[in-house]
Amino acid sequence: MQLRDPIAVDAPVGQGEPYELIPVLSVAEAEVDRQLHICNACRYCEGFCAVFPAMTRRLEFAKADIHYLANLCHNCGACLHACQYAAPHEFAVNVPQAMAKVRLDTYSDYAWPAAFGALYRRNGLTMALAGAAGLALFLLLALLVNGTLLPGRLASDFYAVFPHNTLALMFGGAFGFAVLALGVGVRRFWKGITPAETEAVATGAATLEASGAVLRLKYLDGGHGQGCNNESDRFTLWRRRYHHLTFYGFMLCFAATGVATLYHYLLGAEAPYPVFSLPVLLGIAGGIGLVIGPAGLLVLGYRRDPAQGDVAQRPMDRGFIALLLLISLTGFALLIGRDTGAMAILLAVHLGVVMAFFLTMPYGKFAHGIFRSAALLKYAIEKRQPDRLKLGSE
Amino acid sequence: MIDVLVVGGGNAALCAALMAREAGASVLLLEASPREWRGGNSQHTRNLRCMHDEPQDVLVEAYPEEEYWQDLLRVTGGITNERLARIAIRASSTCRGWMRRHGVHFQPPLSGALHVARTNAFFMGGGKALVNAYYRSAEALGVQIRYDTPVDSVEMRDGRFVAAHVPPREVGGRTLPAERIEARACVLAAGGFESNREWLREAWGQNERGEWPADNFLIRGTRFNRGVLLRSMIEAGADVIGDPTQAHMVAIDARAPLYDGGICTRIDCVSLGVVVNREGRRFYDEGEDFWPKRYAIWGRLVAQQPGQIAFSIIDQKAIGRFMPPVFPGTTAGSLAELARKLELPEAALVESIEAYNRACRVGQFDHTQLDDCHTEGVEPAKTHWARPLDTPPFYGYALKPGVTFTYLGLKTDENAAVHFAGEPCANLFVAGEMMAGNVLGKGYTAGVGMSIGTAFGRIAGTRAAAAAGHHTPAVNEGKAHAIA
Repeated sequence: MQLRDPIAVDAPVGQGEPYELIPVLSVAEAEVDRQLHICNACRYCEGFCAVFPAMTRRLEFAKADIHYLANLCHNCGACLHACQYAAPHEFAVNVPQAMAKVRLDTYSDYAWPAAFGALYRRNGLTMALAGAAGLALFLLLALLVNGTLLPGRLASDFYAVFPHNTLALMFGGAFGFAVLALGVGVRRFWKGITPAETEAVATGAATLEASGAVLRLKYLDGGHGQGCNNESDRFTLWRRRYHHLTFYGFMLCFAATGVATLYHYLLGAEAPYPVFSLPVLLGIAGGIGLVIGPAGLLVLGYRRDPAQGDVAQRPMDRGFIALLLLISLTGFALLIGRDTGAMAILLAVHLGVVMAFFLTMPYGKFAHGIFRSAALLKYAIEKRQPDRLKLGSE
Repeated sequence: MIDVLVVGGGNAALCAALMAREAGASVLLLEASPREWRGGNSQHTRNLRCMHDEPQDVLVEAYPEEEYWQDLLRVTGGITNERLARIAIRASSTCRGWMRRHGVHFQPPLSGALHVARTNAFFMGGGKALVNAYYRSAEALGVQIRYDTPVDSVEMRDGRFVAAHVPPREVGGRTLPAERIEARACVLAAGGFESNREWLREAWGQNERGEWPADNFLIRGTRFNRGVLLRSMIEAGADVIGDPTQAHMVAIDARAPLYDGGICTRIDCVSLGVVVNREGRRFYDEGEDFWPKRYAIWGRLVAQQPGQIAFSIIDQKAIGRFMPPVFPGTTAGSLAELARKLELPEAALVESIEAYNRACRVGQFDHTQLDDCHTEGVEPAKTHWARPLDTPPFYGYALKPGVTFTYLGLKTDENAAVHFAGEPCANLFVAGEMMAGNVLGKGYTAGVGMSIGTAFGRIAGTRAAAAAGHHTPAVNEGKAHAIA
């Protein structure tokens, strides 16, 4: 008998079967395939999230399906703690972990330029190097422009340390590249998970639903509103809350920069802006979110059940979160110290951290938001299409 | 001394522990398994059959008491206790608020289970999620919980429970000594004996072919239900009910694990094709009724076949029309090749299927109805969904009997009391699979095991607390519960 042994990890390779036309699955993908065949015969977890309803529309899991489902998974852990087939059962089902491993592969496989995909592999190192490079760059630049790192009190005149146009060019360039790289990457991912015969067309309703799922983090609510799992089978809403603080904090900081740019070019009003100006208020509000959110996520991450997700990816997660935290902390330090003699150093450090963030945006944890949004959009489109299977009743 | 000792760690035990604790009793729960295997067969369940007179959150339409009772009467062939059955039925209409307060979440039926949208409320995440919720709530309320603590007998004095005995045991490489645990009252909810292979063998005996049929059974449920306590209660003279060969028993994939295969090992294509035995012969009407109404009889049907094995055979036309099995089928381009791959007698299998094919009278095939596709002039007949197996590839799935839980148990009453010589014991109670046989003499209908376990678990907990001096004020029942 030819079996897909639900216990052994093995890519399904048939003899004389149409598998030959299907790209061979990696070990991580074959593991997802193995587990999803168990899940598809069980289905107890259908109420938790989008992964399982999407799974039930399929009988087989090709590479494209696996990449799509892996990015639909939010690693909330609900299905692991509820699983009757989790270890020590010999089926050893652990969907969040299997999905996490494939997810990392998709980030690196779809990365652009392709060679940079390797940066995901040793992401802790990537983050550290980017941080060091960013800091060194701005400290040296400050030294070069001013001849000293302690030019005395400059009364918040940032552009006396770094000329405005230099900053605009550097950050504009880094941000532009990040957008381009992520855009190309997610486009390749979208094409990869959407085979030609199932051409997906986004309707307004589907786009609206996917946006809602992204902006509200719907799939961290556990399906029942009590939240996801962290250290045990107990549910918690704190991961969702800290993530919201992080995301919206980041967006407010981004808005602060955007408004300041408009002030500069449209109104001709140059920084520094007073504390009660719009850019600074947005920055403070966002900064507070970007302190509490990442700090909370870090604590939750340290407490998380190691079985939930892929422990090997923790340096990537923590590096990214730490960078966000550093952005807000150095931002506040700069706000407090902008009228002191340390301003030049504080500014260089803050800009160095922000630069490190922009440089690693397309090659770090930031990508999860983009890939997951794409998967949620595909789910919203797909669920509006008729189900091809007519499984009847068990 | 502990007020209420609960022996067991599944749904019924947890319901008893929670109710007793809510009544104010101090409660100690002993689970035989390690923590990671806790919950007995409850971890494999997924829904609760619920009576309701009008639509209720996840339940559509109505499922009145009388219809529920008639369903139970039909599947058990009348081998049931109407008074106890109606207690479980009525309790199923009111218990879900309490379950929710202890952290259980309900959801509409799973895909592929829409036929029970009216009768069954599904647990979000299945039975293990329910078990987890109950354990969290129990811990929050101060119920003491000990894992790796099996009870092998209880000590009685003057017709009253005195203490439970825990044998010496190996836990994590350490040998723990025997223990004697006293309590004012006790609830026994330690499951059936389905994973005790010797007992199953003895119960099923030897058949006319000289086989020991039970040797070929797989156990869909927990490996910890070895019936040690049940046997010691029987030996101690407790009143017994049920036939030891009766059980929830379905035909499952022969490649399923020996224990804990649970739901995913089911094979749902029986009614779409034919089923033959080891000799390549059909033996029962595969299209007698909808599969959800028939799956529970196929375990026994297969148990009666030589070698306790059978083969469900379908062709390409059936693919995509049934719930996907966990193991892939054996595929072949011809029936002869399939016979060889399944190690069935080639000529007999081809002849059986050709005879069936010739007998098919195909009308309007409709898998969602009792359609008019049937056979004429072949024995046994297939009365619905009969279409010739003529479109390769052909698929074969080997089937074995899979026991979920056994029905032999302790005779009880509306107070869940254990009885000795017809007399109820004042402080010893029983719940769950250890007494489900009072209601289920044979047969099964989805979700009724959890209804019985929940109803009698709660009764047993309340009565045990009362026996220990903690009475549940009637007005307060259902209020003031911890939420996990």
